[in-house]
Amino acid sequence: MLNLIIFIPLLAAIAILLGAHARNTALGAAVITLAAALGAAFFYDKALGGFQFLSSFPILPNWNLNYSVGADGLSLLMLVLTGLVTLAAVWITPRIEKRERLFYACLLFITGGAAGAFASVDLFFLYTFHELALIPTFLLIGIWGSGERVTAAWKITIYLALGSFILLIGLVDLYFAIPVGSRTFDIIELQRLAAGGLIPASSQVRPYIFLLVGFGILVSLFPFHSWAPGAYASAPAPAAMLHAGVLKKFGLYGLLRIAIPLLPEGAKYWADLLLILLVGNILYVGLATIAQKKLDLMLGYSSVMHMGYIFLGIAALNIVGLSGAALLMFAHGLSIAALFAMAGMLREKRPLLFLDSFGGLAKPMPTLAFAFGLATFASIGLPGFANFSSELTVFFGAFKPNPALHAPNFWLAVIFALWGVVISSVYMLRAYRAIFFGEPGKEAAAWADPLKPLRWPVILLLAALLIGGFAPRVLLGFVQPSVEALLPK
Amino acid sequence: MNPVPSLNIEIAVLGLGILMLLAESFSTTGDRSWLARGAILVLSALVGFSCFVDPHSGNSFYVVDAPAHFFKVIALISTIVVLVMSLEYRKVLEKFVPGAVPGAGEGEFYSLPVFTCAGLMFMASAVDFLLIFVSLELVTISLYILVAFMRRQSASLEAGVKYLILGALSTGFFVYGIAWIFGLTGETNLAAIAAALHAKPVAQAPLLFGIMLLLVGLGFKIAAAPFQLWVPDVYQGAPTPITAFLSVASKAAGFIVLLRVLHPFLAVEGVREKILFALIVMAALTLIYGNLTALPQDNLKRLLAYSSIAHAGYILVAVASVTASVSTLGSAGSAVAFYLAGYMIMTLLSFLVMIVVANHSRGDDILHFNGLAKRSPFLAFAMLSAMLSLAGVPFTVGFMGKFLVFAVAIKAGNFVLVGIGIITVAAGFYYYLRVVAAMYWNDPGEETKITVSGGTKFVIGALTAAIFFFGIFPHFILAGFQEQTPIVQVASAPR
Repeated sequence: MLNLIIFIPLLAAIAILLGAHARNTALGAAVITLAAALGAAFFYDKALGGFQFLSSFPILPNWNLNYSVGADGLSLLMLVLTGLVTLAAVWITPRIEKRERLFYACLLFITGGAAGAFASVDLFFLYTFHELALIPTFLLIGIWGSGERVTAAWKITIYLALGSFILLIGLVDLYFAIPVGSRTFDIIELQRLAAGGLIPASSQVRPYIFLLVGFGILVSLFPFHSWAPGAYASAPAPAAMLHAGVLKKFGLYGLLRIAIPLLPEGAKYWADLLLILLVGNILYVGLATIAQKKLDLMLGYSSVMHMGYIFLGIAALNIVGLSGAALLMFAHGLSIAALFAMAGMLREKRPLLFLDSFGGLAKPMPTLAFAFGLATFASIGLPGFANFSSELTVFFGAFKPNPALHAPNFWLAVIFALWGVVISSVYMLRAYRAIFFGEPGKEAAAWADPLKPLRWPVILLLAALLIGGFAPRVLLGFVQPSVEALLPK
Repeated sequence: MNPVPSLNIEIAVLGLGILMLLAESFSTTGDRSWLARGAILVLSALVGFSCFVDPHSGNSFYVVDAPAHFFKVIALISTIVVLVMSLEYRKVLEKFVPGAVPGAGEGEFYSLPVFTCAGLMFMASAVDFLLIFVSLELVTISLYILVAFMRRQSASLEAGVKYLILGALSTGFFVYGIAWIFGLTGETNLAAIAAALHAKPVAQAPLLFGIMLLLVGLGFKIAAAPFQLWVPDVYQGAPTPITAFLSVASKAAGFIVLLRVLHPFLAVEGVREKILFALIVMAALTLIYGNLTALPQDNLKRLLAYSSIAHAGYILVAVASVTASVSTLGSAGSAVAFYLAGYMIMTLLSFLVMIVVANHSRGDDILHFNGLAKRSPFLAFAMLSAMLSLAGVPFTVGFMGKFLVFAVAIKAGNFVLVGIGIITVAAGFYYYLRVVAAMYWNDPGEETKITVSGGTKFVIGALTAAIFFFGIFPHFILAGFQEQTPIVQVASAPR
């Protein structure tokens, strides 16, 4: 089942490059991927818990290095997110004028890489699968990007290559922190070993900071965030959806899956540093978001800012905080994908996307205005959407963090983070007013509603958000037991 | 099949070279490409034969072990690919080599690499300074001629002179180092030197002086900073197939000699630390120099020259980490071997594609690769694989090599080198991806499709497949290093 989720997109990408019909193949692959992810979630035995659907294939037997996949509740949530955003991104892709095949193949490579990373239960493959997405992103932004695409493509590629390499160093350092006899790449086995206290606290500090910086760069943790806004602004909409919605969650997933359970002492040691950085994400980047005059850059900055909340949940190191972080990963992935999808439609009308170049679009484009409004509310974190329930969970978790941590620091961070909610309502609502309210210009009044023929992919994303908002229990049922297993005892 | 003495393979290669020279002298036809084709076939057969050598056919001069076999296969394969490149390069060669008929003298261009190959194979087995020196000279002298082969092109002549003078100088250092070691221990055999050092303590200062002289000589061969200044000009001026040969085979042989030569001295307490310190400094300088100077290059051939310095730096990182224990993730020796094998595949591939493209675009600047994805998707994909592998993207053999190298470095606690490595890898992404950007982002200058001949296409396809195959299943290369080899034992050496 999991192999299907990983290899259907990859095989479809190769088939497209070799000559299959680009759009239909890609759509078919996206549907199968989503169906397989939902199927896996359906057949996952929650009573049993733990990792299921395991399968593995030896690569280097004498190093204990295997290609092995498996999924617990957390990975399933991420896989469903991957499936949803992929389908929406492929569906919403407009007609590609040049090199259509390469475009769809790149999208599917990103999906395959992300799915592989989320489904791997082997350190080595978790890392390598993520890297599959690096070059497709470089090509997507470089060939089909807009605006400052060249700068953006170089910046994201070199930044992420740097981050991945630091991450690799951290993983190897972690590997060598394990006593000689029990060294393995198997994450399940490693978790069991770490729970038994096999990794001495003194040798957890160095690998953890490597992992935090490495994963942090991939997630655009302040002050390593400067690659993100420009790249998302320049990337074609489907690429921005996949990257901001799915791929960026890999770094957070890695922290949850590897850094926290295997190096809990390291996490406690560096908790205060992480708090300072994540407040930087929320306040500094938040204020930078308010200053943006273009919709694409504003969304890019806002996606960086929201990472701060997720880091806050992770930093708290307790069940509530980590579950909130996991839910917020899911919710943010969907809402930012929906926003980028609609921003891509607006780009067709005004390529530069200056906020003040629009106005009054609610009249000619009622469907878009409605859907954009819902996504805006979700992004701010209003009740009813998954973002609200998960952000609330994060705040509760962070207010009463792991007893080993210094709680007053977290109170301060939570207070700052609450101001972040105000900041995000300021920029989102201002942007909404500038685009949709007022009187449409002469030219704009005649525009057709671009969302009407393409409404289903956006409805898909928003519906998932509403389900997560009204029935967070459905998602928590998957996440909470898995997260409990991750936490240090 | 009965095992054959290992030396027979080298004798066969030498015999092939002599036959080719004779054929060149007595043949009356103008076209000599059949010589190269014949040599490719014979050498391919020898790769097969080399798997059946008698493991007990060594002596005190000449060992037959896993690293020796491994590097012989590397030498043979790179010679084969170099001959394939030479066939593609024929037209350029004819232009710059004077002759009564077009193509006259071409046979020498095909036979000298075969002699070099024999020298490299001897080097892989040599465990006595005398044999090491003689085989080193066999390699270098053939290469002097090959570098300056295009007599009507001043760049090639300039490269030849530079290579000759600096090469002779470095040989002088090497011999002088041998003399010091011989004076201290009374031996030229590496095992005997190890025994002599073990038996009674030797004065450290002269020993270190001798070792440093050896390091200077070998540093020149592997193009490690600060002995790398000849590289860019020589690599750019030499005929492209020879550039590939220099950067792959000559470097690989230099590294195996380095590992073998250092082995007895690393066992000596007090000396080991100083050697490793010197190696760490060399590795750091090489990494920084190679990667930073590669950044502004616009000519792909020159870029690959700098990249070859950069990769020598990564391999030196592993060499400088030999003290690590052997327990998990392989040893420094296997990291070096794997890296070299991967480096061979990706470098040969990029040079081969470059020759084909340069034939059609009349130049080997990066801008001549503009829009290659449209002109020939096959070549563009091959070049993409080579560049990704050189940069170190996962699922390629180049990533696996870097992974092994940095794993040994972390295990040995060389965090300074790891830190420099993080920066240089990021720099590498920039200059290798510039080629990718040219091929995929830009529009072609001319629209003509590029056609590739069947044989070349096969070799390009095979090398491309090898990049991914060994990147996902490194086991097939590393398996050759499972047994305990002299290189690996460095770590656990007593004293």
